[in-house]
Amino acid sequence: MRSFQSRLSELESRGIRVVALSVDPPETNRRHRQKLGFTYTFLSDPKAKIIRSYDLLHAGAGPKGANVARPAEFLIDSSGTIHWVNLTENIAVRARPEQVLKAFDEMPAKAGP
Amino acid sequence: MGFLVVLAGFLSYPFFAQFPATRDFPWANFLLFGLGGILLLVSLVRAFGKPQLYRGKIFSPILAVLSVLVFGFFSYLIFYQLRQVPGSTGAPRVGQKAPEFTLPDQNDKQVSLAELLSSPVSSASTAKANGVLLIFYRGFW
Repeated sequence: MRSFQSRLSELESRGIRVVALSVDPPETNRRHRQKLGFTYTFLSDPKAKIIRSYDLLHAGAGPKGANVARPAEFLIDSSGTIHWVNLTENIAVRARPEQVLKAFDEMPAKAGP
Repeated sequence: MGFLVVLAGFLSYPFFAQFPATRDFPWANFLLFGLGGILLLVSLVRAFGKPQLYRGKIFSPILAVLSVLVFGFFSYLIFYQLRQVPGSTGAPRVGQKAPEFTLPDQNDKQVSLAELLSSPVSSASTAKANGVLLIFYRGFW
């Protein structure tokens, strides 16, 4: 997530909005954003309702057996259609900004005139 | 000495995990483990080969065994624990519509996916977003 912050300007110049989502409550997100200097949006899904609707629940994997999201990245185009997905099989291996930039640049139909 | 290097190999994981190059596969940590292992081997050979010069017949095997345990635990975490990720076979696929949602952001403001897609990405421009990169993460707790 740090890597997306460091290349945020490249993503934003293409019109890609970066949004992070977890079970953390808004206060945690606010504190965490400030502490680590993240400027993109952090959404909060404490009951994992949306995480469940994306089938990304990692049951009992959080502290004290709490449910958390498994890591995953989606590139959604302006019509709301998913253009690219990364579902890691290793918690330590996450998507890198260059993958997202490449996927975006290969998008067939960008927002036309 | 070798034991300390092995410990460093284990404890330095959070540091190397900050960089994708040393996180995707923790080769820097394995390098330290390897170095520690060599040093331990040298000390074992010394302790048993020239006992009149080097003492530590008891000490060095104990540290060697401890090191093997630390290395085993690290390998278990890296090769097994980190790969216990649910299959998510029902996750939305490429070409499908992303499920709509409305959730509070860091300022407790309700935000929907439709809004994220239709409003400008930054205050610097007025053009609406060309896309949203949605990152699901485990949380910082």
